[in-house]
Amino acid sequence: MRHGVARFVSGFLFLPVALYLLYVVWPFAQAAGYSLTNWGGYSDRQEFVGLDNYVRLFSDELIRKAFWHNVFFLVTVPLFTIALALFLAFLLNVGGREDRAGVRGVFGSGFYRVVFFFPQVLSLVVIAVMWQQIYRGDGQGLINGLLMRIGLVDEENPVAFTADPEPFLGVPAVLWWLLFIAVWSGAGFYMVLFSAAMQSIPKDIYEAALLDGAGRVHTFFKITLPLLRDTVSVAWVYLGFIALDMYALVFVMTPSQGGPDHASEIFASVLNFTAFQKGQFGYACAMGVALAIFTILLAALQLRITRRERIEY
Amino acid sequence: MSVTPNHPADLSRRTLLRRAAAVGLLVTPAAGLLSACAGSEPSRPDDSGAAKSKDNPFGVQDGSAVKVVIFNGGLGDQWAKEDQAIFAAKHAGVTVNMSSTQKVKTEEQPKMATQPSDLVMNSGADMMDVSTLVNEGAIEPLDDLLTAPAWDSEGTVADTLLPGTVVDGTFQGKFYVVNVAYTVWGNWYNAALFSREGWTPPTTFDEFFALAPKIKAKGIAPYVHDAVHGYYPRWALMATIWKSAGKQAVIDIDNLKENAWRAEGILPALEVWEKLVKDKLLLPGNLNHTQSQQAWLDGKAAFIQVGTWLKNEMAATIPPGFEMKLSDYWGLGATDKAPKDVFAGAGEGLVVPSKAPNKAAAKEFLRAVLSKAGSAKFAELTKSLASTKGSGDAVQDTALASANELMRNAPADLIKTKFWDFYADLDKESQNASAELMAGRLTAAQFVDRMQKAADKVAKDSSITKQTRA
Repeated sequence: MRHGVARFVSGFLFLPVALYLLYVVWPFAQAAGYSLTNWGGYSDRQEFVGLDNYVRLFSDELIRKAFWHNVFFLVTVPLFTIALALFLAFLLNVGGREDRAGVRGVFGSGFYRVVFFFPQVLSLVVIAVMWQQIYRGDGQGLINGLLMRIGLVDEENPVAFTADPEPFLGVPAVLWWLLFIAVWSGAGFYMVLFSAAMQSIPKDIYEAALLDGAGRVHTFFKITLPLLRDTVSVAWVYLGFIALDMYALVFVMTPSQGGPDHASEIFASVLNFTAFQKGQFGYACAMGVALAIFTILLAALQLRITRRERIEY
Repeated sequence: MSVTPNHPADLSRRTLLRRAAAVGLLVTPAAGLLSACAGSEPSRPDDSGAAKSKDNPFGVQDGSAVKVVIFNGGLGDQWAKEDQAIFAAKHAGVTVNMSSTQKVKTEEQPKMATQPSDLVMNSGADMMDVSTLVNEGAIEPLDDLLTAPAWDSEGTVADTLLPGTVVDGTFQGKFYVVNVAYTVWGNWYNAALFSREGWTPPTTFDEFFALAPKIKAKGIAPYVHDAVHGYYPRWALMATIWKSAGKQAVIDIDNLKENAWRAEGILPALEVWEKLVKDKLLLPGNLNHTQSQQAWLDGKAAFIQVGTWLKNEMAATIPPGFEMKLSDYWGLGATDKAPKDVFAGAGEGLVVPSKAPNKAAAKEFLRAVLSKAGSAKFAELTKSLASTKGSGDAVQDTALASANELMRNAPADLIKTKFWDFYADLDKESQNASAELMAGRLTAAQFVDRMQKAADKVAKDSSITKQTRA
């Protein structure tokens, strides 16, 4: 009987697993294989070069620059997105007036919940194109136009946004402007995620805290955050992946796809240039594999550090 | 603008082939033998078995299909549909599957090594790197197309082409890329505005700097540029360098000659641009190509530099009364080594992948594209010259007429830079450096240093296949 069930289940699993192997795992393996060759990408000529491509990664200046830009996003994207999402989720669920009705969100929280989620239904490229117009560098840009009209910005010297390589806190301004979009577009989804998690926290815990005279800030840090630990940790890993990608935003929004003058170069943009412009697919595959290994290590590390005993309620 | 071939061997081969074709004797062994004489390898026997004739020089098989991919960018794709009709008139039995795209590389590159389309227009921002295609052997040499009889005129296909077309499509001694559009670059202005204000279009930077304050006084920025794509300002910078330092200086740059970027005349050519930026003669705003072109059309700037596709690209938003005219890039004046040379050439390249299943039909389609009828349609529909002679004769258009005028007075040498086609690294570096110079973050001297350093690096890198030009 048990045996029959296993066969039944594995029968259903076979097709998806086969598809997964063919279309996901096999290309990964292929990329790893190509990373050991000098394949140019447009022919079937290739020679085995061993780990040469990986050795080259370490002396590649552009890769080093791109790596640090990715690290910047890796730190900031999850940090700001989760902070903002938590703040919004808290307000929408337990941030409202405390009265006889018990604990609830701020006035109109149902409305905000929908509005904040909006960016999530747009594709990232659509978001990038939209923000291109908002960030536009002359008087027809939404922000520049507004600032010029109220006299905060001189028409001769508008805000350059993603065309600005000048460092702010040691990081090119263009990266900060991209970060803003990434956070804006991501916060809604994680807000909903955290909201769902918050709603599963029993109300009586909050009410007990209220009775003991805990304020909002206290409630948040002593009750909400610890009970959301698992969700936040998962969100952190997801956002880490997004931060290591960031390709769509860089590709659509920055001059020369990684510019100005390499100021917004990231792993993916260097990879794209190496593979498709320079015709060095082997080397580009090595970049991709290195990034994949880095991502997996990071995720494992992250989940390991944040693992704690679960609180049952 | 001479049409004389570069080598005597070329001439005899071409003449011979023309005669051979005329009597219907153009068979593969002869073509192979003759091209061997000219110093290139004999081409492989064609994959189709149909008989070859003057009307079917590549032996296109009736009942076969040919897949054509057209880049649907500034020139649109209607012209290609006209070519399809012209092709069908001679080869009704051949099915043409035409599609158009803006993502050439995204869609075609993955198929190149296995099952490519037969004819690909490799153009636009998402194009496949041509030197990589050549180095990888991914595209087919098309020398036999040049020697084939022209579709609807006397002589060979090569005879019908405008100067520069063959050179522009030639890599490592073989003709690979059929560029269909003939483009002239320069400084555009609104002739209506200039005659209203009594301004004369400048011919040198000195004249421009003298005129600029008057333009500024009218609340118009003297110049607007594309601040997003570095290759836009790069055209202008290289044109100035060519005019100032001469043809040999640019050839040396392309050939990675030692200290080529430090040759006499190059630094001053960049310094005038540095001055243009420093004197705040550019319209601020970091606009991209279409935004800057629209700003120019809206009268916010007096000059913009771009190629002759401009009119077609902006056709929908040209204000009434706007008189688009092209003038030559400015030189520095008396010290110029090549003040009259014009920046022009054939662009928008069609290539035939080596692994294409129906190469014969692809070449035959190219012959139709380069036909008199096809070229005239091209000029009419795109407001851009085709790379064949006389394509724009019948078109009434001030923009096209001014480009024609410019070409009529142009000397034999066309301004031509190849290093960005040869080396992807130098392409990127020069785009970035050009954009930075135009943004005022790089001086002319720093520009020279950067480019020299990048060129030296490429020259030293043994993994990069070197190319040369003359």
